[in-house]
Amino acid sequence: MIGLSHYLIVSALIFSIGLMGVLRRRNLLMLFFATEVMLNAVNIAFAAISHYYNDLTGQMFAFFIIAIAASEVAVGLGLLIVLYKKYGSLDLDDLASMKG
Amino acid sequence: MENLVYIALFAPFASSMFSALFGMSPRQTFVGVIASTLLFISFAASATLAYHVYSTGTAIHVTMMEWISAGDLTIPFGFLVDQVSVTMMTVVTLVSTVVHIYSIGYMDHDKSFNRFFSYLSAFVFSMMILVMSDNFAGLFIGWEGVGVCSWLLIGFWYHKADKPREENPSISPSWAANEAFIVNRIADLGMLVGIFILYWNVGSLQYDVVFAALPDLSGSVLNAAALALFIGAMGKSAQFPLHTWLTDAMEGPTPVSALIHAATMVTAGVFLVIRANPLFGMDEVAGVSYFIAALGTFVAFFAASMALVNRDLKRIIAFSTLSQLGYMFAAAGLGAYWIALFHLAAHAFFKALLFLGAGNVMHAMDDELDIFKMGGLKKAMRWTYIYMGLASLALAGIPFFAGFFSKDAIIETAFNEGTFVLWVILVLTAGMTAFYSFRQVFLTFHGKERYDKATIHPHDMYKFVLIAMAPLAILAAIAGFFMGGYENFVTKLLPEYHMSEHTHHIAWLLGLLVLVVAVSGIVLAYRKYANGLKRDEDLENSFIYKLLANQYYIPQFYEEFITKPYAMLSEHMWKDIDMKIVDTTVDGIAKFLYKSGDGARKMQTGNLSNYLNWMAVGAVILLVVAAISAMLV
Repeated sequence: MIGLSHYLIVSALIFSIGLMGVLRRRNLLMLFFATEVMLNAVNIAFAAISHYYNDLTGQMFAFFIIAIAASEVAVGLGLLIVLYKKYGSLDLDDLASMKG
Repeated sequence: MENLVYIALFAPFASSMFSALFGMSPRQTFVGVIASTLLFISFAASATLAYHVYSTGTAIHVTMMEWISAGDLTIPFGFLVDQVSVTMMTVVTLVSTVVHIYSIGYMDHDKSFNRFFSYLSAFVFSMMILVMSDNFAGLFIGWEGVGVCSWLLIGFWYHKADKPREENPSISPSWAANEAFIVNRIADLGMLVGIFILYWNVGSLQYDVVFAALPDLSGSVLNAAALALFIGAMGKSAQFPLHTWLTDAMEGPTPVSALIHAATMVTAGVFLVIRANPLFGMDEVAGVSYFIAALGTFVAFFAASMALVNRDLKRIIAFSTLSQLGYMFAAAGLGAYWIALFHLAAHAFFKALLFLGAGNVMHAMDDELDIFKMGGLKKAMRWTYIYMGLASLALAGIPFFAGFFSKDAIIETAFNEGTFVLWVILVLTAGMTAFYSFRQVFLTFHGKERYDKATIHPHDMYKFVLIAMAPLAILAAIAGFFMGGYENFVTKLLPEYHMSEHTHHIAWLLGLLVLVVAVSGIVLAYRKYANGLKRDEDLENSFIYKLLANQYYIPQFYEEFITKPYAMLSEHMWKDIDMKIVDTTVDGIAKFLYKSGDGARKMQTGNLSNYLNWMAVGAVILLVVAAISAMLV
């Protein structure tokens, strides 16, 4: 029987994958993908806990996150295009202009 | 009447502030004139108040505003004008008015003329707060205020360089000013402790509340409070062993010596004992009171002995002030508070006069103070001669000058109390007083001129200065005749003091004895000094003479055994404790922060990926901390 803990473990695993992506990736586009992965990991957890408690609030919240993630991607991708046009690259190592 | 209280109090303040406006500008005569006028207004207000208190017999108590109010502690800014404080107010404002006018002449050539008036008036204001306050806190504020003004005025000529002690016993004005301030600080600690003891046990600092609560306190508390307060009084009134500052304070301008170090500030200690007479007069503190009387008597003798051989005009008068303060404490300690207060007032008049006369002599002699280098000045300075002679007669206690009545009453009190040792010493001191005051008069004004006639042309002071001194001279001559009336006036507040039947019976005999001793002192001085100075090498090289001339080597003793070890200790503390421990610790913290900042700076690479890694590290640390704290709870 698949229970709450299975869902939470899957969610944690996906979150870790996303986190590793954020930490290790150098390409900004990939960083975006990684954040999306993390957000959706959280969504899985929300939906599972919501089901477990028979409370729809968690699922509602997941919808909100999806909506916000979509708008974030829309804005983010726009910024990425501008960045690419300006620097010709999306590699973070090339974009380091604020060295202290 | 309330307005008069404020006028009396704040006119000197207004004068000080006004003069301060011109503090940095060159000499302006009108500053001195306006300051003197304001002081005279204050005197007129005080005299009116005195008349009011005299005619109605009631004290005036005003509360200007709430001053300190915190928790249970409430100290109002209140003033009490009763028989004791109104006496002090009148004496202080009268002497200060004269001294202000005198200073217009005396400080004529000083470039800091305006600044001088600002300080002098500030002093009078502080002194008025001291005597008029209706609580111990206000008294203490005034007490500190006069201390600061005394410091400012002793060190008025702060630019004079330090000299070795052999050349100038008080080294330099700024040294003397610091000495006076520091010695007083030691005593003020005692005073503060006394005030705290009273506050702790009574819960108030108002005189009336404190004095009403005294009978409920235990003997040890009363003794501790009385002793601590008296230590404060010892500093301000320069009693042994805190006396050295007073003679060194003569470095200040002479009007300052007359006002602060003779007539007013130094009597603050006596005033404190008189003000707190309900405390000092209790049977439980009889031991402390007897100590006060004994110390006073000792100082009277001790100071007079040093005055016998001193050659410095102002120092002789300073020693005599010390000696007379001893008399006042003797009277106060023996319970004759009103006699002490009367002597205080009489002494203020003739001693201020004596100092102002000495100022005239200095003015004429180009700041020369050595009486061995003067002589024969009576022709050139007739009025000063008359004034100083008169003041010396009063000081020596010759009938019927002011000092005769007041000092005789003190000596009689010592006899009446059965303290015959004190009585004998006080009688002897009376003889010494007469001797040294006339030694000084004869050496200064009689005999041959021993100064360099080619460079010094003695001349008397300006007319207006001599006229301004007249009120003091008149009072020094006649103040004694008001003694009976004054007794009726002031014993409405202070405890009465009556001589026993026996003492009363032989009072004329005692008086005659004192008079004989005093006159023989004068005669001795006359025979020895009136016809010129014959130096006696043997005497001057004798041990006793040297001991007295060097003030019993007490300043040297303090220097060797207190100042120097303290300086050594301070240097040790500075180099070993402060530099090596305190400074190193503080520097270490700063260095650590600086280094860690320098190291952390490398984190800022500008690379977003690195930042994200650091952010993750931070998040993990926070998670760990949250988890640990959750487990602990």
